[in-house]
Amino acid sequence: MKLPQSALLERASFDTLLDALRRRGFKVVGPVIQDEAIVYDTVTASADLPVGWTDEQDGGHYRLKRRKDEALFGYAVGPHSWKKYLHPANLKLWDATRDAGAALRFEEGDTEKPPKLAFLGVRSCELRAIAIQDKVFMGSAFTDEHYRKRRERIFTIAVNCGTAGGTCFCVSMKTGPKVTGDVAFDLALTELLEESGHYFLITAGSEAGAEILKELPTRPATPEDLATADAVVDRTAQNMGREMPAEGLPKVLLENLEHPRWDDVAERCLSCANCTMACPTCFCTTVEDTTDLTGDHAERWRRWDSCFTLDFTYMHGGSVQQSARSRYRQWMTHKLATWHEQFGSSGCVGCGRCITWCPVGIDLTEEAAAICTVENSNTATNISEPASRDPSP
Amino acid sequence: MSSPPTKKRLAVWKFASCDGCQLSLLDCEDELLAVGEAIDIVNFPEATRYFEPGPYDLSLVEGSVTTPHDAERIQQVRRESKFLVTIGACATAGGIQALRNFRDADVAEMASVVYASPEYVSTLETSTAISDHVAVDFELRGCPINKKQLLEVILAFLHRRKPTVSHHSVCVECKLRGNVCVMTAHGTPCLGPVTHAGCGAICPAYDRGCYGCFGPMETPNTASLARQWKALGASDDEVKRAYRSFNGYAEAFRTESEKHE
Ligand code: SF4
Ligand code: SF4
Ligand code: SF4
Repeated sequence: MKLPQSALLERASFDTLLDALRRRGFKVVGPVIQDEAIVYDTVTASADLPVGWTDEQDGGHYRLKRRKDEALFGYAVGPHSWKKYLHPANLKLWDATRDAGAALRFEEGDTEKPPKLAFLGVRSCELRAIAIQDKVFMGSAFTDEHYRKRRERIFTIAVNCGTAGGTCFCVSMKTGPKVTGDVAFDLALTELLEESGHYFLITAGSEAGAEILKELPTRPATPEDLATADAVVDRTAQNMGREMPAEGLPKVLLENLEHPRWDDVAERCLSCANCTMACPTCFCTTVEDTTDLTGDHAERWRRWDSCFTLDFTYMHGGSVQQSARSRYRQWMTHKLATWHEQFGSSGCVGCGRCITWCPVGIDLTEEAAAICTVENSNTATNISEPASRDPSP
Repeated sequence: MSSPPTKKRLAVWKFASCDGCQLSLLDCEDELLAVGEAIDIVNFPEATRYFEPGPYDLSLVEGSVTTPHDAERIQQVRRESKFLVTIGACATAGGIQALRNFRDADVAEMASVVYASPEYVSTLETSTAISDHVAVDFELRGCPINKKQLLEVILAFLHRRKPTVSHHSVCVECKLRGNVCVMTAHGTPCLGPVTHAGCGAICPAYDRGCYGCFGPMETPNTASLARQWKALGASDDEVKRAYRSFNGYAEAFRTESEKHE
């Protein structure tokens, strides 16, 4: 099928998109303001969106600010990510019951059919993050069925970023700010706030998206409209809050496992795990078993875990990663280096959440840059030495 | 086999405390009868005068040691208990009454200010955790403890498994709950990053910073958090007071509070 051309939807008609989604049985979730931040929750009308708001972000700092206009998507990503819908923080895996004959009976814990969700306002970096989790959970013979059944029922309305956040660095990760055709989405919007009016340029990325687009009261987009939309993302790309050193980063990190900077960051790091919880690609979980008083009923729950906890590396006799240094190093080298070997890409999409939501503002772009500096770097003097893989904590 | 062959015997002990943690057991309203079915509660002064002598399979100890008599009594409790679990900030860290430990001023003077007839008060110079006196098998944190965690400890004991009680930061619970971080989004100083999980991040869910009721988490970086508090505008005195509350005499909090004297 040939996907339709892009089309223009007026702001005043934006709710027709929500109606079209609802008619198809989707519950729309997207950005809303809660507790002075933009989080993801139910959206019933465009008025629920953070209309006219933006965010100010920096290391350990997030504040909502008024914009001068009435933009619907004039902010960057917030503390939540879509993984809360696809990879729930808490999930019952199974129940076990011992019946009178002392036989054990197991029952699946996650049997409900997941809701059909329309994700409204998915940013380019977030599409990449979802693609990364797709790979983690569905990219091998061992599919995570809990993830798959949720993922299958999602409709994605992406948004090209019109505003770069203070901690964003998608440009250096090559993950944004423009939604490109190599990641899956159903519809992509660019918000146009022009003197001539407030519009959305909408492009379909799938047949389901194209079908909805046809139903909306749009008008065809002119080449000028397309150019205006491109200018919006170009401007965003030029305003990235952060930058990640790009060249050869995995190699540099792995060759500098004893770099003094790890001690420096360990002195600041709280091992609080906020970074991993907020990160849209972090996927680790633990399981917790509970029993009732009779001992005849047990449940196993899965919940998000973090490489910053001691239990995470607990093996017989103790935790492997005792120090904050080894935990931060594990986290960062996995994200930025060994993820490539494991999943074929970086584990970081440059969304900046770990920087903003770190209570002490630890900034992985800054840490990576420090490790890349010539001083103290093994790489600078010894570029051909094999990577040291000293696992000492 | 659904229940152990012989019923285990549970004793609850009170030392210097407000009784709030013992109340958490009574607070298990829906489960209390079932608890009574699963284990014999043979000593529970908060609930009943009924008392049976030891030995006990499981002792729950609330409160800190603040009198010479209690210093003796805890030895007796330990001798009579196969498994001893301390419950709450008083028992695990000395409680709010351990503030006296910081003072050079003598306790007699304080007593004379507080009590009409201080001569009747026989007290030690310090309030100390149970583990300063006897070996403790498990410490359940909180001021007060979380009743679900208390049930979990009893269940784990009955079914001979490790209690599912996490020792990481409150922040993990805060994020699991989907809270917006009050420290980063509102600039409200919060003790969550150095505080032991268990409450479910209640305060941040209601727009307040964590008060540290569950004491230090497994690897508390109190100095780094103190720096951040000061960057947010807290004074040394505020940092000191924050670390020096219900769990102020827990090692990590105590030493950090002393740096801000
Ligand atoms: S590591 Fe940080 S910037 Fe990268 S994807 Fe995760 S939260 Fe975003
Ligand atoms: S980097 Fe920041 S958010 Fe992550 S564990 Fe350390 S202090 Fe917490
Ligand atoms: S509000 Fe407090 S407990 Fe919650 S994430 Fe922030 S620092 Fe941690």
